Amino acid sequence: MQMTAESKDSAGVASQGGAKREIFLPPDRERLKEGGTPHVVAKNFSIFYGDFEAVKKVNADILSKYVTAIIGPSGCGKSTFLRAINRMNDLIPSCHTTGTLMFEGEDIYGKYTDEVLLRKRIGMVFQKPNPFPKSIFDNIAYGPRLHGVNDKKILAEIVEKSLRKAVLWDEVSDRLDRNALGLSGGQQQRLCVARALAVEPDILLLDEPTSALDPKATAKIEDLIEELRGSYTILIVTHNMQQASRVSDHTMFFYEGDLVEYAPTKHLFTNPRDQVTEDYITGRFS
Amino acid sequence: MDLGTRKILDRSFTAVGITSIVLMALALLIVVVPIVRGGLGALYFTGTVEHRKIQYEEFGEGDGRRLTREIEETEKARAPVYRFLGEFEAEMESMDPVKKRELASKYGKVKRVLAHMLGPLPGEPEPILLRFQYGRTRWEQVEESLHDLLFVTKWDYSNPEEMAKEYFVPRIDEFRGTALAGLFPYVENNIESMMLPRPTFYWGFITNKSLDAHIFGGIWAEIQGTFFLAVGAMLFAFPLGVIAAIYFTEYAKDNFFTSMLRSANSTLAGVPSIVFGLFGLAFFINTVKVSESKSVLAGSLTLAIMVLPTIIRAAEEAILAVPITYKEASLGLGSTKWRTIMTVILPAALPGIITGGIISLGRAAGETAPIIFTAAVSVGATIGLADVFSSPTPALSWNIYNLASEHEAANEIRHVQYGMVLSLISIVLLLNLSAILLRARISKKLKG
Repeated sequence: MQMTAESKDSAGVASQGGAKREIFLPPDRERLKEGGTPHVVAKNFSIFYGDFEAVKKVNADILSKYVTAIIGPSGCGKSTFLRAINRMNDLIPSCHTTGTLMFEGEDIYGKYTDEVLLRKRIGMVFQKPNPFPKSIFDNIAYGPRLHGVNDKKILAEIVEKSLRKAVLWDEVSDRLDRNALGLSGGQQQRLCVARALAVEPDILLLDEPTSALDPKATAKIEDLIEELRGSYTILIVTHNMQQASRVSDHTMFFYEGDLVEYAPTKHLFTNPRDQVTEDYITGRFS
Repeated sequence: MDLGTRKILDRSFTAVGITSIVLMALALLIVVVPIVRGGLGALYFTGTVEHRKIQYEEFGEGDGRRLTREIEETEKARAPVYRFLGEFEAEMESMDPVKKRELASKYGKVKRVLAHMLGPLPGEPEPILLRFQYGRTRWEQVEESLHDLLFVTKWDYSNPEEMAKEYFVPRIDEFRGTALAGLFPYVENNIESMMLPRPTFYWGFITNKSLDAHIFGGIWAEIQGTFFLAVGAMLFAFPLGVIAAIYFTEYAKDNFFTSMLRSANSTLAGVPSIVFGLFGLAFFINTVKVSESKSVLAGSLTLAIMVLPTIIRAAEEAILAVPITYKEASLGLGSTKWRTIMTVILPAALPGIITGGIISLGRAAGETAPIIFTAAVSVGATIGLADVFSSPTPALSWNIYNLASEHEAANEIRHVQYGMVLSLISIVLLLNLSAILLRARISKKLKG
């Protein structure tokens, strides 16, 4: 595998300082021309757990208002990379980073970056649905309340709007005061999306949002992503390659901490440039 | 291992488990049944007219007019007794001195027993101590006194190999042929109309203060003292413990210092309570001088230190048991750490924290050793809320010990001791029950 990567290196895309190996940038230059702007920019960005380098010197532009899927085998660093974007890895004491990760021109890991404000603008939905043990209304209103909205009327509007965006309103509008843990798994996950949307983020990070759901609920979440496309920058980590090809505009393929390939989804799945990518997407992977 | 052996092993283990549980239940019954029986005896018993007299005169409880009628009735029944005594005294005047001296001491014994049973005899000076101002209040005590009156206790030392044997001789034999001989059958036959025994439910045992060191009255001062001490301890220990637990779980970094703190906390949980008691005396009273001498405040502080490790441990466990996904969700929405702790983690951990708190409250209520030197007195008045900073208080746990070991009339007031034990057990049981209910309610609310 290393051999193939080396050979691809020599194919010669602009070299980025000190990278262990060349990254297959970037994405869809065409789309950039169409008006896509980089929203999150990683430069030589590495993430360590203690001494272990889980994500190795990633260089990538994540484009605004597109859906970007992150795929790769387990333990390849895709979730770690996603969680780095809103600094969720801060919860792990041994985790630290090198290089830079910029969000709208600001260093996410900068000395003076307020991670609380950052997380307000970069929302996240987790692998397992994790509503709070509170009512549906309080779950959605939790974020807005945090950020100073206390007017009941405004809160009610936000709750309705968010639930409508998450295509959940029709199912729960008559029982907003019930405990959210009483919902089904799929509904809970859409509630989590609605909760993330209620604080009006710019970016939505989805960390394997359907891995705990049945196919029907998965389809609903995918419809929801389709619904949100164009309004938010969405990053979705997924194990399911069909899902990645269905919902995303761009796809990143991680392998053993390296960003092996990053291309428009159509290209990556039909004409991968890297042998490892091809092996992975065709299932010839051991 | 083949299937047969496995099944036999399973079954024999089940049998052993069931046996041990049944044995434990039996042991519990053996302990609890006598306590409940004895304790209920303090509340429900056959009370005499003397009990009703005390209640009316000391606490203003009961039906005054009916009591007056009863007293008249008993005085009518008792009058012959006093007449027997008067006639015998007159007879003694004319006896020869040797016989007179011999009978005088025996007669003195009769008078003492009668005074104990019926209250002060007419013509005698009013006794100073309350315990001598009234006769016996409970029917079983009257029966004991009656036995004392009718029989003389003697000891049989004839066999030096064995312990001496007790035997009884009718007292009437000592007074045969005198005017007093008629007294004994009279008392035996008329004891009921002299004492008017009646089934009594004495709720005042809980709500009255004690009179003359628990000889009469109830245990309100002790119950209140226990309440003040336990609640006071929780006022100090609960907030401190929860804050410490939050620090340990959410803020402390894993280093040498915090691991030292943790092991110190565990060690503190294993320190014998008497050590806490002496520490409380040496530190809170002698060094810091929170009060001149024993006080509820000093006792509460000592108890607080004793239960602190338990509260910290329980709160820590409860906080760690909150799924990390809640924390991630809250932080992911742009919440600060503090907000997350207050709005998500603590509410979810509340059932566990409260359980730990209430179990500690029960322990603080039941501990004796820490309050011996810092707060408890065996006889004391009911204190008000304002006195907690300066006054010591009686408390159930300490007074149970006191009645069992040091009280001069311990044998006569076993029912008070049982009543205290039952009250203490009930209080602790109620606290634990409320913890279980509260926990169930909050858990249900959290689960939806």
